[in-house]
Amino acid sequence: MSSSTAIAPISSRTDLQPSGAANGSEEQYVTFTVGNEEYGVNILAVREIRGWTPESRLPNLPDYVRGVINLRGIIIPIFDLRARFGGGLTQVTKRHVVVVMQVGERTRGILVDAISDILAIGHDAIKPPPDVDSGLIDAEYLSGLYTAENRMVTLLNVGKLFAGEHVDQDATRAALEPT
Amino acid sequence: MDDLSRFKQTYFDESAELLAVAEAGLLRLAPGEIDMDEVNAIFRAVHSIKGGGGAFGFNDLVAFAHEFETVMDGVRNAEIPVSTELVDTLIRANDVLARLLAHAADETEAPAGTTDDTVAALRRFLDKTGEQANEAAQPAAIQAAAGFHPDDEDDEAGIFGDALAAIQAARDDQPAPAAGPVPEGKVRWTIVFRPKAELLLSGNEPTYMLRALRRLGEAEVVCHLDRLPSLRDLDAELLHLSWTVTLLADPQVDRAQIDDVFEFVADDCDIRISAEAPPPAIIPPALIAPAEPVPAAAPAPAANLPQPATPAATTSGAAGAAKPGDGAKRTNGGTGGSDHAGPTTHTIRVDLDKIDRLVNMVGEMVITQAMIAEHLRDLPPGQFQELLEGLEGLAQHTRELRESVMSIRAQPVSSVFSRMPRLVRECAAVTGKEVMLVTTGETTEVDKTVVENLVDPLTHMIRNSIDHGLEGPDERERVGKPRAGTVHLSAAHRSGRIVIEVTDDGRGINRAKVLSKAIEKGLVQPGASLSDEEIDHLIFLPGFSTADQVSNLSGRGVGMDVVRRNISSLGGRIGVYSTPGEGSRFVLSLPLTLAVLDGMVISVGEERFVLPLTNIVESLRPKPADLHGLVNKCDVMMARGEYVRLVHLHRLFGIPKAIDDATKGLVVLVETEDGSRLGLVVDEVLGQQQVVIKSLEANFRRLDGVAAATILGDGRVALILDVAGLREMSRHGAGNGNAPADSTPPSPSLPAPADKSDQRQRQTV
Repeated sequence: MSSSTAIAPISSRTDLQPSGAANGSEEQYVTFTVGNEEYGVNILAVREIRGWTPESRLPNLPDYVRGVINLRGIIIPIFDLRARFGGGLTQVTKRHVVVVMQVGERTRGILVDAISDILAIGHDAIKPPPDVDSGLIDAEYLSGLYTAENRMVTLLNVGKLFAGEHVDQDATRAALEPT
Repeated sequence: MDDLSRFKQTYFDESAELLAVAEAGLLRLAPGEIDMDEVNAIFRAVHSIKGGGGAFGFNDLVAFAHEFETVMDGVRNAEIPVSTELVDTLIRANDVLARLLAHAADETEAPAGTTDDTVAALRRFLDKTGEQANEAAQPAAIQAAAGFHPDDEDDEAGIFGDALAAIQAARDDQPAPAAGPVPEGKVRWTIVFRPKAELLLSGNEPTYMLRALRRLGEAEVVCHLDRLPSLRDLDAELLHLSWTVTLLADPQVDRAQIDDVFEFVADDCDIRISAEAPPPAIIPPALIAPAEPVPAAAPAPAANLPQPATPAATTSGAAGAAKPGDGAKRTNGGTGGSDHAGPTTHTIRVDLDKIDRLVNMVGEMVITQAMIAEHLRDLPPGQFQELLEGLEGLAQHTRELRESVMSIRAQPVSSVFSRMPRLVRECAAVTGKEVMLVTTGETTEVDKTVVENLVDPLTHMIRNSIDHGLEGPDERERVGKPRAGTVHLSAAHRSGRIVIEVTDDGRGINRAKVLSKAIEKGLVQPGASLSDEEIDHLIFLPGFSTADQVSNLSGRGVGMDVVRRNISSLGGRIGVYSTPGEGSRFVLSLPLTLAVLDGMVISVGEERFVLPLTNIVESLRPKPADLHGLVNKCDVMMARGEYVRLVHLHRLFGIPKAIDDATKGLVVLVETEDGSRLGLVVDEVLGQQQVVIKSLEANFRRLDGVAAATILGDGRVALILDVAGLREMSRHGAGNGNAPADSTPPSPSLPAPADKSDQRQRQTV
């Protein structure tokens, strides 16, 4: 029963923003950095932010699946966002953090370099992702772009980002390719 | 809709229990001495299923249950004699009912004709009783309607279910209020209950009130049908019945209690209550209007008397009602307030999810506690003495807590064992053998999941014992055994596991036949020499059967391999011991719970894994001379006179910095569920440990070669290996190439390497 209630606010908020833009209401986003880039996820999807703890590897999976960690008794997978975006494996230090997110019924963590900000972003301020070559970037998991001062923040749709990860390891690879 | 489906679930749950009650009762039912309590219990069970089914509109089910119930009614009124044939038919009827319920639960239509045979069979018994029984049926119906069996029937539709009988009763016999002297120490209340026709519309249910009255004492309920319109004019939503209840209660039962029964309907009905008592009687309150408040004259202590709790459904209502009365009598005139006499149930039903959550939390505590302990080990000795003592206490409490929580999930194996007499009975009938089933240790407790998963294996094993093990009665006589064979089913706890044995005193395993069959089926190489024990274990191979003819029971070659698979999926093992001419013994050994697992922690590179202890045969460091290459593709090792395939875990899982040379690391000899062996090459064996099984799928997904995960004492996650999965992986590539030729047939005697000259000493020094 938690699944539907948990999914609804997250996905509807990230997906349906243009339609609800009239009132200009704001949503809060947690933003973090990976390398020089800044990304944001809806704060409602974020369960907690924790320091890096060594993971246990999982066999025969793409490198961006770092492994699993013990989150107070539940076992959650950790995804390396840098590796996910093709930047190679993150060389983790104690300063790296894991953003633990609730995606549907599942809890998962993404490894990022650092948390940078919490931004209140109005619907109107979110620009649609540019029309990039879909072979280059899969726009599926980008829910929009936002300009904070002079930085660009890429807003991610976490539901889509690791969609299918639980179904089939090839699904994410397939999702990266043009459909 | 949601609400309704919830009630439905409750109904199905309860029906399952009721079916079990009915079946248990039916199995005890035998010609000769008939235990009326038993018969009533069966009747009630069927009746309740029917009643509930009616409420949900399961018409087929209700119709069938009605047929069933009618015969049971005949039995309890001694119109239908109990014969073996009858019992068999009734048992079948119980099965059909179960099937109908299953269909109802799935929301599928039962195939047409499901019930026909059984209904016909049931009706035959009714016809046999003939004309005269028809006459007899009427008084019987009156008895039923008039609450002659004052059981606290848990039937929703009790009143309506018996309505037809009641109509009959009312026509034949205008019930006169029971006359005769009031027994000593009792008060007879006469309650005339005439509800308004709209009573049902407000959601009230007269059944409950009548039932509540029954709880106060011995009640005779007479139903009046004078207001019942003809069928054409009948409005099903209105209530056309009224009742007269003659209640024989203890003096402690006072007017207020009776008024309480009608409290919510006082405005919707017309109630007259009168009492008569033997001489020093409690002042019988005169006819009082129903809405009037409790008379001030009512004896105070009695007013405080708690309502007796609902008696357990199986105990007869009369006994249940008498008990609280007795208790009250003893404390009569006392304060009464603290008097909680009466049958209280000592069990509660709890949602399994809640228990599982509790089990999880306790698992967490175990891990946390292990974690703290590990950190404190590094503290300088002498200091922090109190902290260490506290931790010691915590460890002990955690252990106890874990055991208690596990025991909540534990169930006696009797719930499985109790199904076996039925099976034995059927098997004996089919095979024409005489079989006696002896069970011991039914109270042995084991985790609910384990209990549930024991049914299939045990069914197979007992069938197998009867069909293959036991001889026919004549043959037994010839060899000087009693005509009836004995199958002994036992359960016991042994060193943290449950051991279940199925023993028969039959002919034992015919090894020559088993071996020749196995060779014939190509399961064993001709000329292979196998030990007796190995031959006995051949029966677990898939596709193996010694029966020359496929019988109804067994012989299709599925069975013992399924048993083995089921048992090993529960983390158990099965063994067989047989003495020709004396019988065979199958021994199952199972873990007590599926929440924790005995494992061996191993390391490969920087990773640690847990191997289930049940899979491990031994671990050894091979000598270079023991290692061979098979067709250059696969490493094999000679271990205890057998060649086993080596699987390098680090190659399979792609783990860096691991030891590749088996002579430098360790080989853990593991055995998969079908008995084939595998040598896992690992770096190190770190030690044995109980681990809490954690799901990997909850937040991620299943992985090949991984059964689950766990959390070790340092808080790190370790994967629990799935040996059968590893074998599959190693067969289909991952470093070994696709070599179908060396995919080992699940045979305990591996064929020798094809070409000796091709062997290559695998020695990397």
